[in-house]
Amino acid sequence: MKDRRSISRRSALLLALSSGGALAKGFGGLADKAPDFAVPQPGTPLVFPKDHGPHPDFRTEWWYVTANLTGADGASYGVQWTLFRHALEPNATRAGWDDRNVWMGHAAATSASEHLFAQKFARGGIGQAGVQAMPFHAFIDDWALETRDDSTGAGIERLRVSAGDRNFAYALDLAATGPIVLQGESGYSRKSETGQASYYFSQPFFTAEGSVSLHGRKMQVSGRAWMDREWSSQALGPDQKGWDWFALHLDGGAKLMLYRMRSIEAAPYLFGNWIDGGGATSLLTGEDIGLEPLETIRIANRDVPIRWRVQIKSRGLDIKTQALNPRSWMGTDPAYWEGPIRFRGSHMGEGYLEMTGY
Amino acid sequence: MLRVERLSKSYPTPQGPIPVLRGVDFTLDAGASLALTGESGSGKSTLIHLVGALDDADSGEVVLDGVALTRLPEKARAAMRRDKIGVVFQQFNLIPSLTVAENLGFQARLAGRYDPPWQQELTERLGLAALGARYPEELSGGQQQRVAIGRALAVRPKLLLADEPTGNLDEATGDNVMSLALDLVAATGCAFLMATHSERLASRLRRRVRLESGFLAQ
Amino acid sequence: MKFPGAMKFPGAMKETLWTFAALASHWRRRPGNFGMLLLGLAMATALWSGVQALNAQARNSYDAATAAISGGGARTLGSSRGGLFDQDLFVKLRRAGFNVSPVLEGSVRIGEENVRIIGVEPLSLPRRSPIAHLRSRADLIEDFFSGPGRGFASPETLRRLNLAEGAQPLTNRGRQLPPLAALAEAPPGAIVVDIGVAQHLLDRHEKLSRLILADDETLDEARLKSIAGDALRLVAANEESELDRLTDSFHLNLTAFGFLAFLVGLFIVHAAYGLAFEQRLPTLRTLRALGVAPMHLVAAMAWEIAVLTLAAGGAGVIGGYALARALLPDVARSLESLYGAQISENLALDARWWFSGLAMAGAGAVLAAASGLLKTLRLPPLSVSRPIAWRAEHHRYLRRQAALAVLALVAAACAYGFGKGLASGFAVIGLALLAAALFLPVGLAGALALGEHVARRPLARWFFADGRQEISGLSLALMALLIALAANIGVGGMVEGFRQTFGRWLDARLVAEVYFEAATPADAQDIEAWARKQSDISAILPVWRAKTRIGAWPVDVFGMTPHETYTAHFPLLDAEPNMWTDLRDQDAVLVSEQLARRLGLGVGAMIDIPTSHEDWRARVVGVFPDYGNPKGQLRIDHEKLKRYFDDASGIHYSLRAAPGATPRVIEDMQQRFDGKIARIIDQSELKALSTEVFERTFAVTTALNTLTLIVSGVALFASLLTLSEMRRARIAPVWALGATRRQLAGLEMIRVLAFAAGAAVFATPLGLFMTWCLVAIVNVAAFGWRLPFHMFPAQWLVVLLIALCAAFFAALVPLVRLARSAPTELLRVFSNER
Repeated sequence: MKDRRSISRRSALLLALSSGGALAKGFGGLADKAPDFAVPQPGTPLVFPKDHGPHPDFRTEWWYVTANLTGADGASYGVQWTLFRHALEPNATRAGWDDRNVWMGHAAATSASEHLFAQKFARGGIGQAGVQAMPFHAFIDDWALETRDDSTGAGIERLRVSAGDRNFAYALDLAATGPIVLQGESGYSRKSETGQASYYFSQPFFTAEGSVSLHGRKMQVSGRAWMDREWSSQALGPDQKGWDWFALHLDGGAKLMLYRMRSIEAAPYLFGNWIDGGGATSLLTGEDIGLEPLETIRIANRDVPIRWRVQIKSRGLDIKTQALNPRSWMGTDPAYWEGPIRFRGSHMGEGYLEMTGY
Repeated sequence: MLRVERLSKSYPTPQGPIPVLRGVDFTLDAGASLALTGESGSGKSTLIHLVGALDDADSGEVVLDGVALTRLPEKARAAMRRDKIGVVFQQFNLIPSLTVAENLGFQARLAGRYDPPWQQELTERLGLAALGARYPEELSGGQQQRVAIGRALAVRPKLLLADEPTGNLDEATGDNVMSLALDLVAATGCAFLMATHSERLASRLRRRVRLESGFLAQ
Repeated sequence: MKFPGAMKFPGAMKETLWTFAALASHWRRRPGNFGMLLLGLAMATALWSGVQALNAQARNSYDAATAAISGGGARTLGSSRGGLFDQDLFVKLRRAGFNVSPVLEGSVRIGEENVRIIGVEPLSLPRRSPIAHLRSRADLIEDFFSGPGRGFASPETLRRLNLAEGAQPLTNRGRQLPPLAALAEAPPGAIVVDIGVAQHLLDRHEKLSRLILADDETLDEARLKSIAGDALRLVAANEESELDRLTDSFHLNLTAFGFLAFLVGLFIVHAAYGLAFEQRLPTLRTLRALGVAPMHLVAAMAWEIAVLTLAAGGAGVIGGYALARALLPDVARSLESLYGAQISENLALDARWWFSGLAMAGAGAVLAAASGLLKTLRLPPLSVSRPIAWRAEHHRYLRRQAALAVLALVAAACAYGFGKGLASGFAVIGLALLAAALFLPVGLAGALALGEHVARRPLARWFFADGRQEISGLSLALMALLIALAANIGVGGMVEGFRQTFGRWLDARLVAEVYFEAATPADAQDIEAWARKQSDISAILPVWRAKTRIGAWPVDVFGMTPHETYTAHFPLLDAEPNMWTDLRDQDAVLVSEQLARRLGLGVGAMIDIPTSHEDWRARVVGVFPDYGNPKGQLRIDHEKLKRYFDDASGIHYSLRAAPGATPRVIEDMQQRFDGKIARIIDQSELKALSTEVFERTFAVTTALNTLTLIVSGVALFASLLTLSEMRRARIAPVWALGATRRQLAGLEMIRVLAFAAGAAVFATPLGLFMTWCLVAIVNVAAFGWRLPFHMFPAQWLVVLLIALCAAFFAALVPLVRLARSAPTELLRVFSNER
C-alpha cells in the first residue's frame, strides 16, 4: 500500500503527457525501463540544501508550488508555478546545446471568473532554464522560484515565486512556518509492487504574500502555499489512466494530501497522508478514505468531476469541496485540470485539486 | 406607309460635291409597288440606300411607318432596318460562312421574329428546300438571289427594297426570280420599291417613276 | 406611330448571340486562320507566362527560404552590424521575457555542392513556422536534438546532393552532418539542423544570425535596447532579403525578354485577326445592312475575343508552365552560380499566376484586335468605292508610321537622357526597337519606289509597284522579324563579347597554377613552410580574405602580396602610376568595378573601410574588373589585411609552379597534407568551372532569344498566309495577261526574301545599338560592370541567313498553293468580286 502512495500527482501529469502532445514520447517514456538512468534506493538520506538542486542522473524531476490566496478586495485567488526537467539521455547535463535536458514550465493564476495559464519550453545548458541548489534558484525564461535577498538560511525558508504572460502575472513572497516534510520512507517512496520508486519531499507550510494581476488588474494578496519536490527515473504503471489529487490546508494548521488513482482495469486506488501542524505525518490507507465525485462539468470535450465528497473515517472528516473556478483547465501540452478549491463540513479550509487523464 | 419629301444627296469629290438627288418626293402605300428606273448613275441606288436607312440624306425626309428615318440615332436606324425593312441587293450580300438555311432565317432571328411555318413556306415557294445545307458560294446566282429574297421577307417587313435584283442574272432566271418576289410581296402585303434599269422588269410593277438628273419624272 | 418594339424586342442579348454565331461561323470555313490566331495568342501567352512562372518560382523560393524557418511575415532581430551576434544576447532576452527563437545560418560545401545550413531551436520556434509542426511529431523532434541529431532536407535537396535518407555526409571541412531525413517543408537547398549542430558544422560557437519574434510578441524597443544595447535591430517583415536585391536585375532581364516575346507573339495575333477582319468585312457590312447595331457587332466581337482568350490563353498558360518547367533547371543553375540562391525545381504556381496569364492573353487579344474593333464601330453599312483610296491610304499610312517612329525615337532619347538604371536601359532598347520597326515600312517603300523608278521590263515594274502595295499587309510581320533579328544580334553580340572579355580576363586573373584552401590557419602555416622549400614551387602567395560591409553592401576584402603574378598580369580598368608600390607602402586599396560604380569612386578617391577595429581610411589607387561577382571586392596588401581584419581567413593560397610540374605538385600536396587541405584546384579546372558558370548565366537568355526568333518566324508565316489570300486578287489579272503561275510564285518568293533580307540588313545596326545599350546601360545597372563593345560580323551573316530561311519557309506553303492553284480559283476572282 505504501508503495502506491508515492505515485504522486506529478506522475499523473506525466501519464497525461504520454497521451499525446509535445515531447510525448520523451516524457511518456517514463514507463520504459531506463537502465542507464539512476534508480532511487531505499535508505538514501536526503541532504539539504543539495537536494533542492537538480539530479541529472535521474530522468525526470519537478519543482511545484500552489498557493491559495485572498485579495485586498476579499476575493479568493489561486496560483500555480511548476518547473519540470526531463532528460532525453542519461548524463544529460552537458555544456551548451549539447545538454540533453528539456525544461518545461507551467504557470496559472485563477480567480472565481478567470483562469489564465501559460507554458514554456527551454533547452538546458545555455542558461535559459535551470535550477541551482544554493542559493536556491529555479527558473525558465523570466519565471523564477528563488531565494529572497533577505534570506539568511541556506534552504528554502524564504522564497519568491514569480511568473507571467501577456494576460496575467504574479509575484509572491513565501515564508516557511513549519519544517520540510519527507514523504514515504524518509523521502524514498515506492510506486508499485515491482519496486518502482521516487524521491519525494514537500514544504506545505508556506505563508504567501504579494500581488496577482489578471488582465492588467493588479491585486495585493496573501494566503498559504504548498511546495512539492520529486525526482525519479520510472514513475508510471502501464495501466494507470489518471489521477484526482487533493492538497488541503485545514483550518487549525493540519495538512491533508489525498489522491485517487484510476486504472484501466483495476478498481481505483486511494491513498492519503495526514500532516499535523508540527509536520508529523500519518499515512492513510484506502479503507480509511472515501472519495466521491458529486458533479461533473464538460470542459474541452471531457467530463471532469468538479465537486467532491471527501471522508477520512479515522479522523472524523467528512467534507464537500467546491472549486473556486470550475473552469480551471490547463490547456497546455498535456492538458489537465488544476485549481484552488474550498471545503465545508466537519472541517473547513482550502487547497488545490488536480485531475488528469479525463 | 412610306413618304419621301424633298430628299437631296450629293457626294464629295476632289472637284467639289456632285449632287445626285435634288429634292425627290413620292409616297408608297402598304401593298403598293413602285419601280424606280433610270440610267446608270442616275441616283437609283442612292435613293434605295436613303430609304433603307443605310445612308444619310443632306436634306429632306424619309418617313417609314410614321417614323422619320433621318432624325433617328444610329441604333434606332439599325433597329428599323432589322424589323421593318427587307433589302435585296444586286450582289446578293449573303453571309458566306453561313449555310443557305442559316442565311434565310438570319434577319428574322435577329429581329426575334423567327417563324418556322413561314420560314418553311418561304423555303418551299423559293425552291430552296434541297439547298438548305449548302454554302452561298456553292449556289448559282439565281439561287443566291432567291435566298436573299427569302431572307428579306422572312422578317415580314413593312417595306421590301430591291436594288437591281436581277442585275447579275440572265434574263430567264431574272424573270423567274422576279415572279417569285412579286408573288411573295402580294402574299405578305408589304410595300415594294425596286430600282432597275430594265423597263421590261419595271413594267411588271404597279407604278413606275423615272429618275433623271436627280429629279423624279412621273 | 411610336417605335416601341426596337428596345424591348428582341432582347439585345439574343441579337448579340446571333451576330456572334454569324461571325464565328467564319472560323468554321477557315480553320487554318483560326489555328494561326490561336497559335499566336497561345505562344505569346506561353512565353510571357513561362517567364513569369520562372520569376514567381524564384521569388517563392527566396520567400520560402526565409519563411520556412520563421513562417511568412515573421519579424526577426538581426545584428545591427550585420553578421553574427553572441548567443548570450538570446539568453538575456529570454530571461527578460522576450519570446524569441534563435537561428544560425551559413553554408558548407558537400562535395561540389554548396549547401545552406539552417540551425533552429525547435522548442521556441513560433507556431507559424512550417518547421514548427515538427513539434507535434515527438519522434522527429526528440531525434532532432538528442543522440546524433537529425538533418532535415527537402526530398529534392537530397536528390540534388545525391544523398539517401540516413546518410551522414562530411562537409569539405571534415565535419560530419547528422543523419539526414526527408521533410517536404524544408526550404529548398537547405539542411535544417538543431542550432547546436549548426554551430558545430559552421564552426560558429555560441553565435547566432537572427532571432525570430513569436507571432504575438509585442516588441518593447526601449527594453530591447536596455538589454542588448545597439547590438540588435528589428528587421521588418517586408524588408527585402539580400537575395531579392541581388537577383532583381536577373529577373528584370527575364521579364524584359518575356515581354519582348509576348509582343512578337501579338504580331501574329494581329496578323491573323487582321486577315479575319478583312475577310469578314463584307459579312460585317451585310450584318449592318440587315439591322445589327454597331454596338451589338462590337459586343459579338468582344465575345469572340473572350472565347479566344479562354481557349488560346488557357493553352498558352499551360504551354508557359511547360516552358518554365523546361527552363527551370537552367534558371536555377544560373541563380545558384551567380548569387548562391537556391531555387526549388518543383514548379508550384498559385491561382494568381494562372489568372494573370489569362488576363495577359485577354489584354493581348484586345490590343491585337483593337484596330479591327474600332473600324467595326465606325463601319458604314455601305462600302463607298473610292478609286484613289489605295494610294492615298498608303501614303497616309507611311506618313503615320514615320511620325510614330520619330515620336518613339524622341522618347528613347528622353529615356536615355533623363532615366537612370535598369528600367531606363530597357526603355531605351524597347523604344529604339519600336522606332526602327515603325520606320521599317517607310524604308522598304522607299527602296521599292526606287526600284520601280529604275526598272524597265513591265513585269519588273509590276513587281516593284505591287510590292509597295504589299508592304502595309506584311509590315507587322516584318516589324516582328526585325525586332527578333535585332534582339538576336544585340543579345548575341553582348553574350559573345562578354564571353571573349571574360575569357581574357580569366586568363589574366588566373595566373597562378594552383589554388588551395587549408583546413585551418595552422595547417596553412605548415603547408606554407613546406612549399617554400620545394624547387617546383616558385612562389606561395597568400590570398587571405575577410568580409566587411560598406554601406549596406557586402564586400569581400582580399589580401595580395606584391609579386609578379599580380604586378604583371592583374587586369585593371584604371590605376595610378605607382599603384603597386603605393598599395604596399601607403593606405591604398584596389576596388572592384562594381564597388567603384556603386560608391561613385574613382582612382584617387578616399574610402572608409570598416575593419575589425575602427574604420580604415584608404585611397583608391586602382579599379579592377570583377565580372560575375554580385558582391563588391576590395584588394589590399596582405600585411594590412592581417593587421586590420582579425578574422582574415588565413587559409587561402595561390601557388606558382614550374611549367609542367602542376600535377605533381598537387599530388604531392594531397599525399603529404591530406586532411590539412580542404580544397585544391589547378588553374585549368578553375577556368573550366568559371566558364561553366558563365555559360549557365546566359543559357536562359539564349534560349529565350531563340524562342523569340521562332515566334517571329511564325508571325511571318501567318502574315504571308494572310497576304496570299488577298494577293490572289492582285495576281489574277497579271496571270490573265499571260504570266505563268510558276513565274508569279517565283516573283512572290523573291519579293518575300527581299523583304526579309531588307529587315535583316536594317536589323544589323539596330542590333549593334542594342548591344551597346546592353553593355553600357543594362549590364552596368544590373551587374555593376561594363563590357568593352565588340562587333561580330559573322553573327550578322548568320542572322541574315536565319531571316532568309524563316522567310523562305514561311513563304513556301502559300506559294506552293499559289503555284498549284487551279485556274478556276484565280478565275473566281473575276466572277465573285467583292
